[in-house]
Amino acid sequence: MKKIITPFVLVVLLGLIAWFGTAGLGLYTLFGVVLPYGAFATFIVGFTFKILSWAKSPVPFRIPTTAGQAKSLTWIKPNELESPSGAPGVLARMFLEVFFFRSLLRNSRASMVKGPRLVYVSDKSLWLAGLVFHWSFLIIFLRHYRIFAEQVPFFVPLLEAVDGFFEIVWYNEIHAVTLPGLYLTDALILVALTFLFLRRVLDTKVRFISLLQDYFPLYLILGIVITGSLMRYNLKVDVIAAKNLVQSLVHFHPDTSIQVGSIFYVHLFFVSTLAFYFPFSKLMHAGGVFMSPTRNLANNSRAKRHINPWNPTIKIRTYAEYEEDYRDKMKAVGLPLEKE
Amino acid sequence: MIYNAKVVLPILILFVVVLTYPFWQGGTEQRPEPQKPAKAAQCVEDAAWMRANHMQLLDRWRHEVVRKQERSYTSTRGQVFEKSLVNTCLDCHQKSDFCDKCHAYASVKLVCFNCHLNPELVEP
Ligand code: HEM
Repeated sequence: MKKIITPFVLVVLLGLIAWFGTAGLGLYTLFGVVLPYGAFATFIVGFTFKILSWAKSPVPFRIPTTAGQAKSLTWIKPNELESPSGAPGVLARMFLEVFFFRSLLRNSRASMVKGPRLVYVSDKSLWLAGLVFHWSFLIIFLRHYRIFAEQVPFFVPLLEAVDGFFEIVWYNEIHAVTLPGLYLTDALILVALTFLFLRRVLDTKVRFISLLQDYFPLYLILGIVITGSLMRYNLKVDVIAAKNLVQSLVHFHPDTSIQVGSIFYVHLFFVSTLAFYFPFSKLMHAGGVFMSPTRNLANNSRAKRHINPWNPTIKIRTYAEYEEDYRDKMKAVGLPLEKE
Repeated sequence: MIYNAKVVLPILILFVVVLTYPFWQGGTEQRPEPQKPAKAAQCVEDAAWMRANHMQLLDRWRHEVVRKQERSYTSTRGQVFEKSLVNTCLDCHQKSDFCDKCHAYASVKLVCFNCHLNPELVEP
């Protein structure tokens, strides 16, 4: 229970700190300039170092997974996706992995049925929720380029048009709750995150292996989504001021006079926390997926010789050299020589 | 030693370059300057409030006019206005040098004129 509650309290505290830090103490420069700069720099440097540290680890041997037939004799049909023999197969496997999380389709769930008997059934719910979450996140992130880039990039209006296609505005008695029109990704990411959270909490086995650092990023991203949505649909801030602030940051002369509504700083502080935390956490799977030896290596151990890079260079001494050194002594005691 | 540097480094550099795009995008940090109307000194409500909430206000007006036939709005300062985009808002502001300025800057589509007439486009 502690590992579920503690990170929740942590995230709520972070939100309160940003709210009172700006609305109460007026620390707009801290939350609007200093922390975002620090977090972004940490993210870029940390991410790079992490990838380089992985690139420095040798992977001397191929790690074929046994999910498909390797390329063999001509009359045996190889499975290029599951056991690629070269670059094209590897690229296809990586593409499906990165964009469609193909490995997750193999996920199974163990349960005890009457008997008692242990059965494993295929469970695609993690794949679906994972996919919905990550794609929504990506689309939301890309839509944010209307704020990050001075000239709104071409893909932003396109994404906005598709994402907001249904122009869903929900009214309660008092006012419009989702004005100006609900983005599908905002709703989808909330549903997916809720599922991913419940998956860890409701299944005893998954709860057992879940740690504080599994819940923390879930709460943090939920916090980002909730504050972002509150800001867009309900609490309302001056978006022009927010963009002016961001533009002053990216052009390297931060405008410390700008004050946006506090909900914006809570959102930004959550994002800063996420960026800062990212390189040191399990979230690095975003970079790690590209470095997975079971995904990015062709299964060609038998076609190609792979030499262990940390093998010492052994000085070889042939028998001919040995005989050359001891020729006189060997001859003296009458040992047979290969070369007289 | 970095293994497979020929593959890893270009991808890593590309990632960093793409992600830092806002920082090297250039541009002159041009802020939108919507034209202040000459006709009135103050908007229906406080300007700072309007900047964040004008959409909520317009939507409420629409509901109240269309569904309840309530056509007059008493502002927090006690002034009475007609709830009308064309007759009230656009009496002072113009789409082209007011609305469009910020809406283009922040990529927010104006849907008002899907139905409403833009008085600017009417020939005198
Ligand atoms: C991890 C990155 C981020 C995520 C997942 C995220 C998520 C969201 C979400 C879900 C919304 C609701 C509306 C929408 O979907 O557009 C939103 C709104 C918003 N976000 Fe973010 N955000 C992120 C980063 C940022 C950053 C770095 C900034 C600014 C520096 C920012 C500023 C805003 C603003 C100003 C809004 C309100 C837009 C409006 O009122 O229309 N966000 N965010």
